[in-house]
Amino acid sequence: MLDTKGTLCPLPVLRTSQAIKQVKVGEVLEVLATDPGSKPDLTAWARMTGNELVDATEEPGNPKVYRFQIRRTK
Amino acid sequence: MIGLALVSQTKEAEAGRRANRLVLVVTKNTIDQVYPPLILATTAAASGLEVDIYFTFWGLKLLDKKSHTKTKLASVGNPALPMPNILGVLPGMTAMATKMMKGQIKKYWPTIPEMMQQAKDLGVRFHACSPTMGLMGIQEKDLIPMTDDVVGASTFLDWATSAGTATIFV
Repeated sequence: MLDTKGTLCPLPVLRTSQAIKQVKVGEVLEVLATDPGSKPDLTAWARMTGNELVDATEEPGNPKVYRFQIRRTK
Repeated sequence: MIGLALVSQTKEAEAGRRANRLVLVVTKNTIDQVYPPLILATTAAASGLEVDIYFTFWGLKLLDKKSHTKTKLASVGNPALPMPNILGVLPGMTAMATKMMKGQIKKYWPTIPEMMQQAKDLGVRFHACSPTMGLMGIQEKDLIPMTDDVVGASTFLDWATSAGTATIFV
């Protein structure tokens, strides 16, 4: 699990790109973020890198917490 | 399975249309003009793009050992600052605006030198503009070790006009 809560763009994406290398191909990395741009940004990052954004959910709160499941594909 | 095949076809089509190299031109050395290209460079490299940054004019100061860590925020001619614009010319105002901005930035982002190192670690290439070096009296020995090479306009245009390259001028 990668916790990027409290950081702003580009750190959620930069840390995700590092953390995804620490899981095996086919495994899922969970990422937590509070950056309001993290959902479109991680979606775009996954599309560009070919990794799979399996699920993205939002948990209400202040700030709102975004929870992502990303499968490493290569 | 049909759905999967469609997805992979879409991806292939998209791969052909999408640039795989980003070239950034950095011409300024103020906090507000340096963070955006560094953010784009690191993110692009982390997204699988090849990235080159061409440092020219004041931007070259970022590759100069003497000024590498000294990027400031302009207090003169910056109407977005939360104070009467005319006060920007007072002695010490640039230093004060810089200190306040850096204090705020520190909560969220690495410093500019740290971010440049991150970019290097991700494979971003740094190029010094040769005519600017002549203009500002900067020699190769004055450049920080992160600098990959010294190039001129033709080299830059060769990259910028290659298929699959996106270029952004800051």
